[in-house]
Amino acid sequence: MTEPLHRTLGLTDPELEKIIEILGREPNHLELAMYSVMWSEHCSYKSSRVHLKRLPTEGEHVLVGPGENAGVIDVGDDIAIAIRIESHNHPSYIEPYQGAATGVGGIIRDIFTMGARPIAIMDPLRFGPLEDARSKWVAEGVVSGISGYGNSVGVPNIGGETVFDQTYIGNPLVNVLCLGILPKDRLVLGQASGIGNLAVLLGATTGRDGIGGVSVLASAGFGDDEADADKRPSVQVGDPFEEKRLIECCLELLDAGLVVGIQDLGGAGLSCAASETASRGGVGMDFDVSAVPQRELGMHPYEIMTSESQERMLAIVTPDNLEQVTAISKKWEIRSSVVGKVTEGGLLRIMDGLNGTVLGEVPAISLHEDAPLYERPLAPPDDLELFQEDTAEQLPKPKDIGEDLVNLLSDLEWVTSQYDSQLFLNTVVGPGGDAAVLRLKDPISGRETGRGLAVTTDGNHRWCAINPRLGTAMSVAEAVLNLACVGAEPRALVNCLNFGNPENPTVMWQLSEAVDGMSEACREFDLPVVGGNVSLYNESQGTNIDPTPIVGVIGVIDNLDAPPPGQKWSEGDRLIVIGPEPEGLSGSAWAFEQGHRKGILRELNYDIHKKICEITRELVQKKLVTAVHDVSVGGIGVATAEMAIASGVGCSLARISSHEALFSESSSRVVLAINPDELTNVEEILTAAEVPKARIGLAHGDRFTIKGLLDLELQSMKNKWKSHLPTAFEGGTTQG
Amino acid sequence: MSPTIGVIVFPGSNCEQDAVEAVKDLGAETQLLWHGSPEIGNVDGVIIPGGFAHGDYLRPGAIARFSPAMESIVDFAKKGGPVVGICNGFQVLTEVGLLPGALQKNIGLKFLCKTVTLKVVSTNSILTSQTQIGVDLKIPINHFEGNYTCSEDTLNELRNNDRILLTYEDNPNGSMGDIAGICNKERNVVGLMPHPERACHDLLGSTDGKPLLQSFLESANG
Amino acid sequence: MQYEACVEVRLREGIADPQGSTIENATPKLGFQGVSNVRVGKSIRFNLESDNEETARATVQELCDRFLTNPVIEDASITIQGAE
Repeated sequence: MTEPLHRTLGLTDPELEKIIEILGREPNHLELAMYSVMWSEHCSYKSSRVHLKRLPTEGEHVLVGPGENAGVIDVGDDIAIAIRIESHNHPSYIEPYQGAATGVGGIIRDIFTMGARPIAIMDPLRFGPLEDARSKWVAEGVVSGISGYGNSVGVPNIGGETVFDQTYIGNPLVNVLCLGILPKDRLVLGQASGIGNLAVLLGATTGRDGIGGVSVLASAGFGDDEADADKRPSVQVGDPFEEKRLIECCLELLDAGLVVGIQDLGGAGLSCAASETASRGGVGMDFDVSAVPQRELGMHPYEIMTSESQERMLAIVTPDNLEQVTAISKKWEIRSSVVGKVTEGGLLRIMDGLNGTVLGEVPAISLHEDAPLYERPLAPPDDLELFQEDTAEQLPKPKDIGEDLVNLLSDLEWVTSQYDSQLFLNTVVGPGGDAAVLRLKDPISGRETGRGLAVTTDGNHRWCAINPRLGTAMSVAEAVLNLACVGAEPRALVNCLNFGNPENPTVMWQLSEAVDGMSEACREFDLPVVGGNVSLYNESQGTNIDPTPIVGVIGVIDNLDAPPPGQKWSEGDRLIVIGPEPEGLSGSAWAFEQGHRKGILRELNYDIHKKICEITRELVQKKLVTAVHDVSVGGIGVATAEMAIASGVGCSLARISSHEALFSESSSRVVLAINPDELTNVEEILTAAEVPKARIGLAHGDRFTIKGLLDLELQSMKNKWKSHLPTAFEGGTTQG
Repeated sequence: MSPTIGVIVFPGSNCEQDAVEAVKDLGAETQLLWHGSPEIGNVDGVIIPGGFAHGDYLRPGAIARFSPAMESIVDFAKKGGPVVGICNGFQVLTEVGLLPGALQKNIGLKFLCKTVTLKVVSTNSILTSQTQIGVDLKIPINHFEGNYTCSEDTLNELRNNDRILLTYEDNPNGSMGDIAGICNKERNVVGLMPHPERACHDLLGSTDGKPLLQSFLESANG
Repeated sequence: MQYEACVEVRLREGIADPQGSTIENATPKLGFQGVSNVRVGKSIRFNLESDNEETARATVQELCDRFLTNPVIEDASITIQGAE
């Protein structure tokens, strides 16, 4: 008995019923194909929308909130910044290089479709452990793909994260954030308007790439290897050279005011671009499949409408401007074809020739806004109480605390040196800092504003595995503190919610809790959410990943006349830690290394956290500290070790009395290194602000010692830190 | 009088604005030269900037060398005009034959973006006249195919004629003779893999690129 | 007449090939013994309109010399056959 067509396309029976209700009749194959991709989880967010609406989205600097291709914020001097983060997780497991490369391509298009020149990307990545051969192969390919595409298309990669854990075996997470800059008055929205205006398809030819990608890959988990091999044809192949020309072409068209609206083609291809532009503009569109330049022979209309071939944009143009649009496209060697016409009424009609047969017709808005909204059941895990009682503080003391500390250290240069981080001459702090820092220059004149932008990505699956609500709030708090460490005030947040199978009530509970945690933290920090992405079905062989919400937070530095202090202390500096006493080991990297993945987290005290952020920002802005580093993964042990390694100067620390104090990751703590001449001044400022503080030691010499706990040779720590990834990876990859 | 520097733009070039910014800050005028036009105007010097001209497809610089603007630049160079090729620009100069040798994949088979220490080996060129022998310069490299290769004969010729300008202190990519930058026989065409325009501002970590670009602007003026 | 050309671009003898070496070193780890002398090149295939095979071959040779290879480090072997 063969499967009904709608089921092979990934639609459920109730979804088919709804389509019949909307159309007033049975849909044909083409119409079903369009609904199947537009109503897929990846495109419609049907399982998560009901939760996402709890996120705060308003703010005084917000020009465009969620719902458009990218969020846009005002950063002063008539300059606006577009920002977005996207995931390309499932394709990267199947074909790591191209999966990651096309993820970069896609997010960059989301940015320049708003009229912004892409100026930076960041890549928070998660992989299985490097001892797992497939995870290592995936990691090599992904880094190579991000490098190959990002460097070639010409957008610098200014930071990110690379995390390895068994929870990601079979489900790597490839999230990419992109920033773009534009003059406030060049903001363009992705909507069609003007009856009789033309839809012009720009860019690459359309082939069978990614057909069913969003429905097949991103809306289902992975099973056994053979079935996965079948999913291989679904992965798109990217061409960064085409994209670079497309960027220049589109920005030139926008500068010349030749475009009414513009939309990039990503998930669900032409179905999405045509229906979204029409639906947002409250109009309809006649779409001519025969006019779409095709790379392969014999493509069916449903293939043309759902193809995810890369490097394509749909521009809405008045007939008068068509000649100029064609001329500019030709200059940049970009194909341009009139593929449609804006109509009245709201119907999307797919036709064979604009005066030819109608192959399918649906109300445009139904593809976009009538997507099903699921309220999936959610429930905390049955064993939550027992889980919470099994705290990591109960673990035996480490046999060799120094060795445990060194095992948590890893230099990410093997990854980050593959990325061009300097293009455009803006990067003041690149990969490796607490946050990336860019000079802010006027996008038209190039004039320096004397101010800067700071961006960070953060996420912690261990905290979220223990407590999804609190773990997510702590991730937002960490991001805000990271910005404070470079002297920046946070302005906006974007998020990428990476979770398991939404048909599992525990996963839905995790998602809902994470949204609540993010919501609460954003309200406390006055941080609007200007965009987000949800990736579900990160599950293989029935095991879901740890909840991994990732946030990208952008801030502004009012005066960037010198680079921020960074992590390098000097011989003789006094070391102070500010913030509450450390408490608890559950959810720490140390605990997970011991195989312990349970317990509880300490509540976040927002008042204290805000105070710590404010005072850190003040000390940095006033140039009163030599070095600064927030305490997070690996606790104060890793924070001080990283500072010592960066400086080449060791330290003598005291008042860290146990492994719990050393490895605890409880929030709101910062290590400050202060020149002895400034010490009194700084301590007075801290006292006046009623900031909890403790002197913990002195930077000096060539050993890293903590009284009563450990005594290590700094050079040996540095060697292990430096060789960790190169030894695991050995060389470059032959992928790509 | 400040010199006018032409900076060529191929489809896929991406460092042209950076080159413009760097030389403008040093007092020069600039003009962007579109690859498709043989008109290069009355420029006093030419920079072929970094990036991925034509996607680096076939080989880096293999397609770019045939563009109309490059033909005019070759003429300009043959008449003694100062020309600097940075990174992708160096690759174009070897493909078009204005400089000997070729640039291959880095020996580590990975793209490499990092600041390296260069040693000045010769001050007898349009790029190094305002530096000193033995001086260390901290300048970023950013490439996958920066591994300089040439025949034994060419290497000897370069050595014997003082045509190796800059070498790597700690060879990052396998280049023969640790070569980072060379010049032609007439000393008016220079190619280097490192990016001097990325080392011209305190906020960006190094200003060691300035003396190199200043030497170039001097020669463009003279 | 239509001809099918296949140009196999190779690194010249004596030019170092890090990609080839990496692949060669990896093969024993995958359980393959006796693999040596790995060299990585590229193959470029295309159709060509020409009067006869001799002219086609000469055209392809010129294409190689001027464009498809970098003679400093590469050479090519050429195969021509009549298209179906």
